[in-house]
Amino acid sequence: MDDAVRLLQLVINGTAAGCIYGLIALGFVLIYKATEMVNFAQGEIMMIGGFIAYTMIVKLGMNYWVGFVLTVAITAAFGFLLDALILRRVIGQPQFAVVMLTLGLAFIFRAVAGYTWGYDAVGFATPFTNKVVGSGRMVLGMDNLSIIVGTVLLCGVLYVFFSRTRLGIAMQAASQNQLAAYYMGIPVRRVFSLIWAISAGVAAVAAVLLSPVSMIDVNMGMLGFKAFAAAVLGGFGSIPGALVGGVVVGIVEQLSGYFLPAGFQEVTSNIVLLAVLILRPQGLFGQTIRKRV
Amino acid sequence: MRAIFKTRYEQDLTLWRSPAGALCYALLLAALLLVPAVLGEFYVGELAGLFVFAIAGVGLMLLTGYTGLISLGHAAFLGIGAYTNAILLARGVPFVLTLPAAGLLAGLAGVAIGVPTLRMSGLYLAIATLAFGSIVGTVLQKWDSVTGGFDGFAVKTPSILGVEIAGATGTYYLSLVVLVFVLWLVMNLLRAPMGRAFVAIRDSEISAQSMGIHLALYKAIAFGLSAGITGLAGALFAHYVRYLAPDSFDILLSIQLVTIVFIGGLGSLHGAIFGAMFMRLLPQAIALVRDDLPFGLGRMPGLEPSLFGLILVLVILFEPTGINGRWLKLKRYVGEFPLHRRVGFRRQKSYARSERLR
Repeated sequence: MDDAVRLLQLVINGTAAGCIYGLIALGFVLIYKATEMVNFAQGEIMMIGGFIAYTMIVKLGMNYWVGFVLTVAITAAFGFLLDALILRRVIGQPQFAVVMLTLGLAFIFRAVAGYTWGYDAVGFATPFTNKVVGSGRMVLGMDNLSIIVGTVLLCGVLYVFFSRTRLGIAMQAASQNQLAAYYMGIPVRRVFSLIWAISAGVAAVAAVLLSPVSMIDVNMGMLGFKAFAAAVLGGFGSIPGALVGGVVVGIVEQLSGYFLPAGFQEVTSNIVLLAVLILRPQGLFGQTIRKRV
Repeated sequence: MRAIFKTRYEQDLTLWRSPAGALCYALLLAALLLVPAVLGEFYVGELAGLFVFAIAGVGLMLLTGYTGLISLGHAAFLGIGAYTNAILLARGVPFVLTLPAAGLLAGLAGVAIGVPTLRMSGLYLAIATLAFGSIVGTVLQKWDSVTGGFDGFAVKTPSILGVEIAGATGTYYLSLVVLVFVLWLVMNLLRAPMGRAFVAIRDSEISAQSMGIHLALYKAIAFGLSAGITGLAGALFAHYVRYLAPDSFDILLSIQLVTIVFIGGLGSLHGAIFGAMFMRLLPQAIALVRDDLPFGLGRMPGLEPSLFGLILVLVILFEPTGINGRWLKLKRYVGEFPLHRRVGFRRQKSYARSERLR
């Protein structure tokens, strides 16, 4: 009985961690679907979001919810400017130039964050910190639950946005066929910058949701590498795939930390990633198509 | 500016474009051989380090610059080479065998990771190699019984035919010999059908395939060769640092290696050397000006990686051909001096080939 409860706890912890991976992976996928770029700095954008939230809530003493909304808005504006000012310039260069560009940006962000906010881990109090629900042997942390609920809510909002609003449909159109979208009167470049903004905003949400569980520090962006496993597992072009992939990676990671010897937990996500790439390169949700010449 | 008009196929296959060029390289080699007699121990050691990174840069250039495949996990091959060399030396195997063994094992590891991942497009390859590099880095740290874990691993001084290759000067000559050998190998490879196949794959996979090039085979060969050369560099790296720490072969080192190739200039062996020079000289330059920087920037912990990041970003945005491209432009400017025209230096507009399936 205890084992079953322990397992359930692990699965829920894993789901919570996986939701964060899924949210970061969602950022990758949104940008990849639209612009065929992969943003290796996504984890660092999340880190910056975390530090902005820290500044709002601790330094400026704002209410948690006000700080949350402002953080997302500021980080989204940052993402918009990042595309409009820097990444738009490399359109047309080979794909690995973009990979290296975003990696270079990641180093810069890390240094700037370290210079601005220091290299110590910081945190802030949230309404969910150190609270539990449940009874008896089954105790669940509010922090983990808040991550799961927050992710589900965010996905609902994004779903409605992409399928019901004019801008969301314009974004889908621009992702599917830039030229056709342009002919239909969609300002494709601005729409792409807005997609970057959404992706940065999602990363900021991930950072704020993560804050009761883990501290904010300069190396937080390393989570981004784990999120690759999530994105690849989901097929790197599928939004639900990214989330499911994240949850799978999170749960597998928790279980391997429990069942396998020490040291395996750190590499689990990488092993999952390589295994998926080797066995099923199109991911769980991708479809195989041959390229036309 | 002398234009070379090629009238025969043999001219396209020569190693040196002109006798004057060959003479320049011979003079450079002679000067390099004399360096330890002139410069102090410290500079000779630093130059040896530069050669080690130049070898790794040439290895990665073959993959990224000539075959068009990106690897973000080359530090793993450097680590495999370094530990193979150090462990075999500690077990009493002579150095003349451990050095090729290091290259061979790294090359085999490259083929092993390359074969399953090379079916993927560039992006997936970057992610897969990133994951592979991180797995190897963790294995090196956790496998204490072999690698010594965080205690580190002292590297034995190598000896060839009873002569000990000790000190900075020994490492200097050793790395110089290997660098010249690797450059000779890659230069010859690039004018052979295999090298042409690599370049064809880089320029267009589909046209290469229609010309009868076996994509998977040639990509695997490129990956294996590149990993093997990087493994050789790793073996020399072990002698350069003399004490191996398992956490030195991390993602940061992989990214530094790719940065060498990018800053130097993709698609040229000169670029790999220029990049390695830049990569080794920048920390020295930072050390010189560290105390004079304003706002306490000099004492910032992450100064070096962030500068590398900044320079990488600037190079990609403003000079995608890297230092080598800048060097060629300078040569042309001087060669044409009063007759140079601005239009000759303008960057061509480039269009990415979509990997989309439509």
